[in-house]
Amino acid sequence: MIIFDHVSKTYDNGVKGLIDVNLTINDGEFISIIGLSGAGKSTLLRAVNRLNEITEGEIVIDGKSITKANKKELRMIRRSIGLISQQFNLVKRSTVQKNVLSGRLGYYSTFKSVLGLFSKEDYELCNQMLEKVGLLDKLHERCDNLSGGQQQRVSIARTLFQQANIILADEPVSSLDPVTSQEIMEELRNINETMNKTIIVNIHSVELAKQFSTRIIALQDGKVVFDGKPELLTNNVLTMIYKGDSFLKGSEK
Amino acid sequence: MKIKDTVHFQWYKSFFVVFVILVCFLASASLTEASFYEVFENLDQALAFLKELSKPDFSYLPKLVDPMIKTLKMSALGSLIGVVLAIPVSFLATTIVTKNEIITQFFRLVLNIVRTIPNLLLAALLVAILGIGDATGVVTIAVFTFGMVSQLIYETIETIDLSPIEAAESVGANKLQTAVWAIWPQIMLNVLSYFFYAFEINVRASVVLGYVGAGGIGVTLSNALGLFRYDRASLIIITIFIVVLIIDSLSEAIRRRIE
Repeated sequence: MIIFDHVSKTYDNGVKGLIDVNLTINDGEFISIIGLSGAGKSTLLRAVNRLNEITEGEIVIDGKSITKANKKELRMIRRSIGLISQQFNLVKRSTVQKNVLSGRLGYYSTFKSVLGLFSKEDYELCNQMLEKVGLLDKLHERCDNLSGGQQQRVSIARTLFQQANIILADEPVSSLDPVTSQEIMEELRNINETMNKTIIVNIHSVELAKQFSTRIIALQDGKVVFDGKPELLTNNVLTMIYKGDSFLKGSEK
Repeated sequence: MKIKDTVHFQWYKSFFVVFVILVCFLASASLTEASFYEVFENLDQALAFLKELSKPDFSYLPKLVDPMIKTLKMSALGSLIGVVLAIPVSFLATTIVTKNEIITQFFRLVLNIVRTIPNLLLAALLVAILGIGDATGVVTIAVFTFGMVSQLIYETIETIDLSPIEAAESVGANKLQTAVWAIWPQIMLNVLSYFFYAFEINVRASVVLGYVGAGGIGVTLSNALGLFRYDRASLIIITIFIVVLIIDSLSEAIRRRIE
């Protein structure tokens, strides 16, 4: 369970990224965060694993405050939170296997990980996860030889290998074509349903958000302006979220 | 056509510049007591020297093999030590891993100081400290390589893709793990290429090092010149030239393949 308790974020230049956000996210939810560019979607998502520091309030994950965690505690909490991003965040010159294995760095001592002394179980787990996303045959392929969709699958495999309970996905399909986007979202839903992992996705496509998520949160200028089931996301609400009806006219055509 | 319509319309400025240069030239000549007369007087000696040089003593060649190989060994070992030392320091000389401006500035300052010491001066200093010998040459080359390659590496680190670092941090990796798993694979081939580049430069530089007693073929060259054996010196110069040429083209070919 993730609890946002009066969370605000003010950047050094005075810009407010988040304003008094209060949320409770239960285990196993599939949440889409929507809103205009600059509304604070990425800030909110990256606040969960503290890649972005918040300036006010507190975020509590499974009973532990990540906001107040020291360096070591932070690393412990981060181990259970996966991150998938628009740019895939892979080392392009490394093999698929190495990229996936790096998902469990937090579980290994510096000495062991620097020498690449991963356990036999982890090598097997790595293979299983790649099989799950259909890329086992690419085990020793370099990532820059893969297509965008395949690279995103590698990053999903890394998160699964990490065995995180929470998966954050920052615009995971923004750089992919519509067909691949659909496939990646199905992959995420599959993980959500079969492995009961909490998934939080930032997404620009309202259709994909409605189709896949169990709950939608909309941000506007750092404030939560909508929080509810996808069915409640009517045209009127969308007009309010996206500040105008030009967007809807486009989608109705 | 009048002169002011041509490119020489400011002829008096050019005239003035030439005049100033001429005055400076003559003044410095009289100040250092240099005389053209002596240069021309010794022309026959210069000719004798060139004549000797043009007759390389090829029978001396077998004796050059050992010092030449020694020079190559010194350069290779020195380059290797320098690069190995440069790698960790380069990571400390950028804020990307440490996120600490003070550490970065400290290591950059150290590297800047190391780089400002000329090669030859460094060799002379080390000869005074460590004594004459090949080991001194290796240390000189290592220090020189360290200064040069660290800068190349940390500048490479600053141009890498930062997103894998975010990925490593988000799974709870510490700084050393991030360096090894997210940064090193991105710069590894560049570092290898810098090693060959350093080796190439060091083979050339190590010839000069022999002059101050830091070992290698430079010692042989300085001996030949000291004994007025210009025929031998000539052969040594030719040998160095050919070896450097081969090393340069080899290392270039390897580096091109790496990239």
